[in-house]
Amino acid sequence: MRADALDRLIHERLRLGIVSALAVNDSLSFSDLKKLMKTTDGNLSVHARKLEEAEYITCTKSFEGRMPKTEYRLTSAGRRALERYLDHMEALIRATRER
Amino acid sequence: MDNLRFIRDTMEAAGAFTAVSGWGMVAVGVIAAIAATVASAQHSVLASIYTWMVAAVLAPCVMLWAIVRKARRAHVPLLSGPGRKFVLSFSPPMFVGALLTVVLYRAGLVEAIPGMWLLLYGTAVVAGGAFSVRIVPVMGFCFMLAGTLAMFTPATWNDWIMAAAFGGLHIAFGVPIAVRHGG
Repeated sequence: MRADALDRLIHERLRLGIVSALAVNDSLSFSDLKKLMKTTDGNLSVHARKLEEAEYITCTKSFEGRMPKTEYRLTSAGRRALERYLDHMEALIRATRER
Repeated sequence: MDNLRFIRDTMEAAGAFTAVSGWGMVAVGVIAAIAATVASAQHSVLASIYTWMVAAVLAPCVMLWAIVRKARRAHVPLLSGPGRKFVLSFSPPMFVGALLTVVLYRAGLVEAIPGMWLLLYGTAVVAGGAFSVRIVPVMGFCFMLAGTLAMFTPATWNDWIMAAAFGGLHIAFGVPIAVRHGG
């Protein structure tokens, strides 16, 4: 197992956090994710957009009263990517220990 | 290894969003409303207390079922970090409540039982809710206020205060939790 086989898209810390948080929730709002990741609006938007483009997450925009609300959900492709990533990490750790 | 720890920590922190079942709370509120109706028809404080005791056995069973169902749906282990912390913080005041019920009953102070229940349930929710979304400890404070009110008002008010708190607060807080925090 090679380290460069890791999914670079979710290897980045913030994107990994978004995917991990969504893996244990049906959906999370933009503000929930921002609080959870302790990041800025701009940073979260950029990284969430990359995950959206890869179809790892979906984004739904709506209004709650007059307030806009952005909600994210993990897709089945995103869940599979996280599982693959965890498998890779475990394999890397096993290989390192065997050396 | 650091990344695996980060994933686990993030999932545990995000798990706080799903630990408490809003729909479970609504169901508990409905049970409490029924109990209040039955209790208010009783002719003695003791008979009223017995009615609430039946509800106190039934409601946690319904709540537990709802929490298990929610955890399974969100693929979260039931006793993961926040869930475990919630149980460890919620249980001691509930144990004290059960113990004091026996003590007050034996001392003939049954009229003080509803206020004590509300105060200690509120304490349990505030303590357990420290590891959940903010709305949960806020609900706990409301129960504590209701308990304080029950302690200093005539015993004839107890059923109505219990109905407003165990029925009304559970439903009023359960619906937004269910809508905003995954069920």
